[in-house]
Amino acid sequence: MTDRRTSAKRTTTWTVAGCTALVLGMTGLAFAAVPLYDLFCKATGFDGTPRVGVASTEAVRDDSMVVHFDTNVSGTLPWRFHAETRQVEARLGETKTVFFRVRNTGTTPSTGIATFNVQPGLMGGFFVKVECFCFKEQTLQPGEAMDFPVVFYLDPALRADSNTSHLSEMTLSYTYFASKNGQPTAALATTGGTGTKSNF
Amino acid sequence: MATAAAHAGHHAHDDHKPSFFARWFLSTNHKDIGTLYLLFAFCAGMVGAFLSFGIRMEMEAPGLQYFSNPQTYNVFVTGHGLIMVFFMVMPALIGGFGNWFVPLMIGAPDMAFPRMNNISFWLTVAGFASLVCSLFVEGAPGAVGAGTGWTVYPPLSSQGHPGPAVDFAIFALHLSGAGSILGAINFITTILNMRAPGMTLHKMPLFAWSMLVTAFLLLLSLPVLAGAITMLLTDRNFGTTFFDPAGGGDPVLYQHLFWFFGHPEVYIMILPAFGIVSHIISTFSRKPVFGYLAMAYAMVAIGVVGFVVWAHHMYTVGLSLQTQSYFVFATMVIAVPTGVKIFSWIATMWGGSIRFTAAMHWAVGFIFLFTVGGVTGVVLANAAVDKYLHDTYYVVAHFHYVLSLGAVFIIFAGVYYWFPKMTGHIIPEWAGKLHFWLAFIGANVLFFPMHFLGLAGMPRRYADYPEAFAGWHKVSTYGGHIFALGMIVFIIGVVLAFRSKTRAADNPWGEGATTLEWTLSSPPPFHQFETLPKIVDEPGH
Repeated sequence: MTDRRTSAKRTTTWTVAGCTALVLGMTGLAFAAVPLYDLFCKATGFDGTPRVGVASTEAVRDDSMVVHFDTNVSGTLPWRFHAETRQVEARLGETKTVFFRVRNTGTTPSTGIATFNVQPGLMGGFFVKVECFCFKEQTLQPGEAMDFPVVFYLDPALRADSNTSHLSEMTLSYTYFASKNGQPTAALATTGGTGTKSNF
Repeated sequence: MATAAAHAGHHAHDDHKPSFFARWFLSTNHKDIGTLYLLFAFCAGMVGAFLSFGIRMEMEAPGLQYFSNPQTYNVFVTGHGLIMVFFMVMPALIGGFGNWFVPLMIGAPDMAFPRMNNISFWLTVAGFASLVCSLFVEGAPGAVGAGTGWTVYPPLSSQGHPGPAVDFAIFALHLSGAGSILGAINFITTILNMRAPGMTLHKMPLFAWSMLVTAFLLLLSLPVLAGAITMLLTDRNFGTTFFDPAGGGDPVLYQHLFWFFGHPEVYIMILPAFGIVSHIISTFSRKPVFGYLAMAYAMVAIGVVGFVVWAHHMYTVGLSLQTQSYFVFATMVIAVPTGVKIFSWIATMWGGSIRFTAAMHWAVGFIFLFTVGGVTGVVLANAAVDKYLHDTYYVVAHFHYVLSLGAVFIIFAGVYYWFPKMTGHIIPEWAGKLHFWLAFIGANVLFFPMHFLGLAGMPRRYADYPEAFAGWHKVSTYGGHIFALGMIVFIIGVVLAFRSKTRAADNPWGEGATTLEWTLSSPPPFHQFETLPKIVDEPGH
């Protein structure tokens, strides 16, 4: 009888241990989803995350898309921000440079960093940034204005993807947030894997 | 294994019940905890029903009649959703019927961890208290309560609700989630280790099967919800940016995490109902369930596939065509095991000697209504159609057909089926049938017109609407009144049952009722199965 009891107790312990491991594992996975999702977005351009790459080695095609620019500044930053032009026509594979002008209209020096995104989101995998002011933060003195370049090209492979082959226009959007240490201030309290979806 | 003498000694304890406080507040008895869960679900359901009544009153006519601030209307919608999902359906089906009948059906003396069972219940109550608190503290600027919808999507739930109402709602989900996880571990341990000798998994009653699958779904999905809302909580209070683009986060990630939980959650609510309806149909057709093993494994299949279809709630976030195609296909696959179940229920009735008792009315009504809800589900599974119907009343109609008319009908079916066993009293059959017809007509009048509203473009979660939608909204509100009338009949039926002097027999339903709970007295002794029953035949059906 005692034998049966202890063996029953042992199976119970194992069942509970298994269930607990399952719960802890799933909780871990929920949090692991944050860096994994980030990695996934960067690898696939999912949800409008543009790719970061070196200059285009693709042959320039006689096929182009209109790229619109959208510029925003978060309410916490007294900056003006706009692109030198509302849109450019970029041939596929052609490396383009566009300047963005930022001006500090405040009375104190401030530091900002821009986040970015493309629309339609499915274009993320084909919009390649070679150089961008958004990779690092900028500090502007009161009244100071600066021009920052963005160097990008459109991967001609976008014509081979049924999701994007029909597109003739897209939008590149930036939003400036106040920054410290290269992270938007909203992310200051984060540590480790949090908030490090380093689109900037 | 137990000697006869020891056994006799135990019997003396059978009906020795602890004092009132110890019995109901420190309870470790699975039947008492089940009763507590059922009473709690009834009370929470009344609060949820009150909120839905507010919604229906407001929607009866265009313009703002009862709510001066549409945000308050959204708080009602949110409260209704959260309460009905987490504090009415889950406690009733899982905590209530699960606690009562899983040990009885598998021939176990109690749950594996009786004290943990008690913790589960009180965590759920604490969660409900926290949710009620959230209704009365500031949420959105200048308004009380969380008006985020039950999905609590950021940024509405982060930037949009600076007040503590959303924090209270998140704590409510944490607490009830912790209670449910502990409960799920308890069920799995009980079912895997404490079945009576001879009861193999393939002889186990289908309700126990449904609880086993449900418990695994809870273990796999609730931690993901807990993780997502914890991240939301730190985003709100501690400056993290998991879901805030300003810091590099992405609000779409929240939607993925939420629906990875949210889709299995709908099966968590309906699988126990599948188990109960199988027993009722089999009992009142006086036949074993048709295709027992297929029924059991259909539930397993629904549970497994339920984890890989979540993005069909998110067709509008900008998924690629290939991703959408996958989720359309995977979602439609679920119709196959569900179809297996529906056909097996019908095949069980086929050629059976059917008795249309009150419980049978509810079970057959459930099959019809759940099929209607399932069909609209297949419609919504199509990404192209869903983009038109997303967040319209069509969706509201769909999930109320499967939950309000599916899960809730089976909660009532379970009450009418097991009430004699649980209490020893009998609800008059006429009350159960009248309640059924009022609920059946009321719910259809309430929810069927919502399909038309949705197809015409009426969005969910709006307190006001153009004149064009007024007609069907008015009809819908009348349906709500009829359903509410049914609830009054239900309460009268229960009161009459307790006042009546007739007592239920051990097995009031006759030879069709073959599961182990009918071998015990009505109500069962305080402690049962001191000597484990031996399963020789095929009692699983």
